[in-house]
Amino acid sequence: MNRLLPMKRLLIALFALLLAPVLASQLSAQDMLPPAPYAYKQLSDPEQEAKAQALMETLRCLKCQSQSIADSDAPMAGDMRHQVRTRIAAGEDPEAIRQWLIERYGDYVSYTPQVKPITWPLFAAPAVILLLAALLLRNRFRKGGKQ
Amino acid sequence: MSAEAKKKPGLAIWLPLILFAGFFALVIWGLVRPADREVASAFIGKPLPAFDLPPASDDRPGLSTMVFKAGKPRLLNVFASWCVPCAVESPQLAFLASKGVEIDGVAIRDRKPDVARFLAQNGNPFARIGKDDLSQVQLAIGSSGVPETFVVDGKGVIRYQHIGDIRAEDVPMILRKLEEAGQ
Repeated sequence: MNRLLPMKRLLIALFALLLAPVLASQLSAQDMLPPAPYAYKQLSDPEQEAKAQALMETLRCLKCQSQSIADSDAPMAGDMRHQVRTRIAAGEDPEAIRQWLIERYGDYVSYTPQVKPITWPLFAAPAVILLLAALLLRNRFRKGGKQ
Repeated sequence: MSAEAKKKPGLAIWLPLILFAGFFALVIWGLVRPADREVASAFIGKPLPAFDLPPASDDRPGLSTMVFKAGKPRLLNVFASWCVPCAVESPQLAFLASKGVEIDGVAIRDRKPDVARFLAQNGNPFARIGKDDLSQVQLAIGSSGVPETFVVDGKGVIRYQHIGDIRAEDVPMILRKLEEAGQ
């Protein structure tokens, strides 16, 4: 026991030494401002808040990229939530806000694919595959019936 | 059985393997290809949205859209005192300013004393600095981080976006973009 302790201390010190630059760089690359008013505060109208929440879950955090702005604690995601909530409180349509962001950041900002010339195969493929399967099956069954 | 009938399934049997190989190659390509984490603004070629920001510094005025309609191309630099690469690009901004390029800053989520300290340390190439506490202007122009630099022509139309810090080797390109914007 007694012999282990200094070893342990050494390990902890080593670990802290290794982590220090990582922590320091993270601290310095963060702003000091408090979050935007509506970054973490819900709208008082539950119906509007539900609309805002649904939209925020389908908007990409541009800083963290694989999170939605509803999931992210990045300050920019907070500012985006503030933007979404204040606009919805002002009576703006959620899809209009999505379009506003797509105009600025491209389709990348939205997790909900939009029907566009380049994306229509995405929506048509399931229907085409079903149709093809139905045709194939119909032929199969017909053959089966004749034999 | 004829020889032809035997041949057919022989070829078809390889099809799943070929499909799999193609899929596998696609996945490997996706893994190996360096990730592109930059989100380019879709607002290039469009006029700057209207904004009017209060000053972020005591010795420079705030920033409004009006400034960009004065007829001469300008740089709009999105920065912050807490952003490390923003300090790295300051010599390049100072050089551009010394060449007569007018640069306006938008300080993202920043406090006046911090901006003052940043400018005292790194120099002040800015003609005006607007304070954007809620990233509103940043979102309005399609910028997704700091630093970013936009070339805006004399009519207030965004002509070019540079993502990340301006390195020494980027300076001639920035000057060229400004020249193009002035034509």
